[in-house]
Amino acid sequence: MDSPAIATGNGEVLAEAHAHPAHLRHHFETVEQQRDAASFGMWLFLLTEVMFFGGMFMAYLVYRNWYHPAFVAGCNTLNIWLGTINTVVLICSSLTMAMAVYSAEMRRKKSLITYLILTIVLGIAFLGIKSVEYAEKFELHHVPGASFSIEQFVHPTNPKAVALAPDMAEKTQVYFSLYFAMTGMHALHMIIGITILLILVVRAFGGAYTDGHMTTIENFGLYWHFVDIIWIFLFPLLYLISRYR
Amino acid sequence: MSSTNTIVQLPDQSTAQLPRKHYLNQEHTLKSWLLTGDHKRIAMLYLFSITFFFFIGGAFASLIRLQLLTPGSDLLAPDTYNKVFSMHGIVMIFLFLVPSVPATLGNFLIPIMIGAKDLAFPKINLLSWYLFIAGGLFILAAMILGGVDTGWTFTTPLSTHYLNTHVVTAALGIFIAGFASILTGLNFIVTIHRMRAPGMTWFRLPLFVWGHYAASILMVLGTPVLAITLVLVALERTIGIGVFDPTKGGDPLLFQHLFWFYSHPAVYIMILPGMAVISEVISTFSRKRVFGYTAVAFSSVAIAIFGFFVWAHHMFIMGISNYSALVFSLLTMLVAVPSAIKIFNWAATLYKGSITFETPMLYAFGFLGLFTIGGLTGVFLGSMGMDVHLTETYFIVAHFHFVMVGGMLMAYLAGLHFWWPKMTGRMYPESISKLAAVVTFIGFIFTFFPQFVLGYLGMPRRYASYPPEFQVLNVLSTAGASILAVGYLLPMLYMPWSLKYGKIAGNNPWQATGLEWQITSPPLTENFVETPIVDHEAYDYEWLANQTEHEVKTVG
Repeated sequence: MDSPAIATGNGEVLAEAHAHPAHLRHHFETVEQQRDAASFGMWLFLLTEVMFFGGMFMAYLVYRNWYHPAFVAGCNTLNIWLGTINTVVLICSSLTMAMAVYSAEMRRKKSLITYLILTIVLGIAFLGIKSVEYAEKFELHHVPGASFSIEQFVHPTNPKAVALAPDMAEKTQVYFSLYFAMTGMHALHMIIGITILLILVVRAFGGAYTDGHMTTIENFGLYWHFVDIIWIFLFPLLYLISRYR
Repeated sequence: MSSTNTIVQLPDQSTAQLPRKHYLNQEHTLKSWLLTGDHKRIAMLYLFSITFFFFIGGAFASLIRLQLLTPGSDLLAPDTYNKVFSMHGIVMIFLFLVPSVPATLGNFLIPIMIGAKDLAFPKINLLSWYLFIAGGLFILAAMILGGVDTGWTFTTPLSTHYLNTHVVTAALGIFIAGFASILTGLNFIVTIHRMRAPGMTWFRLPLFVWGHYAASILMVLGTPVLAITLVLVALERTIGIGVFDPTKGGDPLLFQHLFWFYSHPAVYIMILPGMAVISEVISTFSRKRVFGYTAVAFSSVAIAIFGFFVWAHHMFIMGISNYSALVFSLLTMLVAVPSAIKIFNWAATLYKGSITFETPMLYAFGFLGLFTIGGLTGVFLGSMGMDVHLTETYFIVAHFHFVMVGGMLMAYLAGLHFWWPKMTGRMYPESISKLAAVVTFIGFIFTFFPQFVLGYLGMPRRYASYPPEFQVLNVLSTAGASILAVGYLLPMLYMPWSLKYGKIAGNNPWQATGLEWQITSPPLTENFVETPIVDHEAYDYEWLANQTEHEVKTVG
C-alpha cells in the first residue's frame, strides 16, 4: 500500500495540481482518511474471515450434537499438553506482535525488528509443534481417508477410555475431518502470516514503518491477532470436550 | 421552474469535442493497462474479460438449445450434455453475472458518482481483476481437460464420490474468482463510507451507489462461505475427509445449507446492481427524481438482509423439516416486498414524466416487464406446495432466466449503452441499437416463455432427451434463442465500431444529473480537477437546468 510507482501513471498531472505529504496516496484527501480507509478495509477483511471459518464452526456445531460420544473419544486422543503449549506460544506471539506495533509507534527501529523476528520464531514454533501432533495422527491411523482405523475406539488400549459401538466409532472420522480441516486452515493462515512477516522485517530493515507511517504494521497486527483468536476458539472446541475426569 | 418541464431537448452534439487529455489516451503502452491503478481502466479490463466469458457461456447455451431441438440425444452424448450445461452455468454465473455490473460499471462509476478520485484501494482493485482472470483460467482449464459434469451446484456426494471429472480444478477456479468478488465488494464498501466528497451525504447518493452498497455487503459476507464449502468438497475428493460423506457420518444436506447460504444471496449480488442501473436510467429518461428515493434506497438494503435468510427454499424437496420449510417459505415471500417497492416506485417515477425512448430506456422497459414476471414466478416457487410440483423442472429454469437474463442482462445492456458515451466519449449508433434492444426482448420471450409451460407440464431440467410431446415448445425455445443470439451479437459489432466512428458525445448527452455527467467524456485520469462540493439532492433536474442556464461549470 505504499509504493506509489504502480498506481499513478498520472504523476505529472498531480505534480502540477498539488503537492502532498509523503505516503499520502494521490486519491486521498488527508492522511487520516487514508489511515481510516485502510483500517476499515482490514476489519471488513477480518469479517470475511469470520464467515470463512464460520462454515466449519457450523459443521462442528451440528456434528458435535449428533455424535457427541465420538467427539469425546476423538478429543481424548489429542495431546492436551502440546495443545496447551501451543496456545501459550500463540498468545505470546500476539504479545510480541503488539509490542512490534508499539515499537513502530515509538519509532524504535531496532526493537520493531526484534519483536517481528520474535513473532516469526513463535509462529514457526507453533507450526513445528502442530506438525508433531499431525505426525502422531498418522501413526495412530487417525487421518481421515483410506488409512483411517476405528480399532482404537472400539477396543481402546487406554483403560480410562470408553469403548464405542462400531457404528458410533465410525463417526470419529467426522471429528478428525473437522480437526484437520479447521486446524489445517488455521495453519495455512499462520503460514501466510509468517510469509508477510518476513516481508515486513525486510522492509523494516530499510527503515519503513518507523517514520510515522505504520498503517501496514497496525493492520497486519489485526490479522495476526485474528488468527490467534481463531485458535483460542479451536483449542477448547477440539481439545477440551469432556476430558477424562 | 418545475422539474418536469425543464429539459425536453437533448443538447446539440455537433459542436461537442473530445477532451485533449483523458484516461484512455493518458498512456498507451500495454504495461500502462496491465499495471494500472485507475478504476476506469480496470473497469475496461473487466469489460473485455467478461464479454469474452459471456460468449463462451453463450456458446454452451447454443449447444444446449441445439441439443434440445430434437427429443433424442442426437447432437451430444448424454454425459457430454451434462458437461455442457455445467460449464454454461459455471461460466455465466461466476465469470459473467456476478462481476458484470459491479466490476465494470460499478468500478467505473462509483468513485465518480461520490466525487472521489479513485476507489479506496486501487491495487486491490487491480489484484481482483488478476484473481478473476486466474479463476477464469482454472475454469477454462477444467473445460479443456475434459470438463466437469456436476452442474454449477456441485451437489455432494455426486461431486465428491461419483464423478471422475475435473471437479477440483473447477472448484478452485470458483474459489479464486470468489476472492475477486470479495475484494471488489470490500473496496466498494470502504470507498462509499470513507471517500465521499464534501456535501455528499448518504441520502444524496445516487441509487446506483445504494444498490452497489447492498450488493457489496452480500459479496463480503456470503462469498467466504462458498469458499470454505468448496475447500471442504476439494478436501473430500482429494484426501477423503468426511464432512459431507454419509458413509463416514457426514451429511450431504449440510453441503446444501452451506452452498445455498452463499448461492441464494448470490442471485441478489447479481440483481441488485442491475436494479441500481435501472433507477438511474428511468430517472434520466423520465426527467424526474426517482419516486420514493428513500424507500428505493432502503429496499436495496432490505433485499440484502432478507436475502440471507431464505436459502433453504432451494431444499424443500431434500428432506429438511416441514417446520423450517414453513419459515423459509414465509421469509422467501417477504423478499417480494422490497422488490415490489422498487417496481412500483419506478412505475410512479414514469408517471407524468417526460419520457423519451432512447436505447437504454428500451432495455430498462424490457427489464421492468421481464423482471416482474421472473420475480412473481419466484413467489410461486417460494410456496411449498407449488415448489414440490415445479422444482427441478424447466419452470425453475425459466424463472431464473427471467430474473438473471431478462432482468440482469437487460439492466447490464441498459447501463452499458447509458454510460457508453461517458466511458468512451462517443455515442453508439442510435437506430441499430434500438433494433438490438427490441430483438433481444422478442428473442428472450420466445426462448424462455415456452419453458414455463414445459416445466409446468413436467419436463425436468438437466436431461439430454425428453418425450416427443414436448418438442413443439422446445423448437419454439430454440428458435427464440437464435433471435436472442442476434440481439446479443449486434452490440458486439456496433459498440467497437462506435469507438472510431460514433458521434462525439459531449459531457452530458442525456442531460442527466449525476456527478459523472458533469465532467468530461471520457473522464480525466483523476476524474475531477478539483474535489466537487455537493450542495443538491440526487436527481435534481432543476439544479441541472440552473447550471446550464448560467453556464456554470462546477468541474472540468
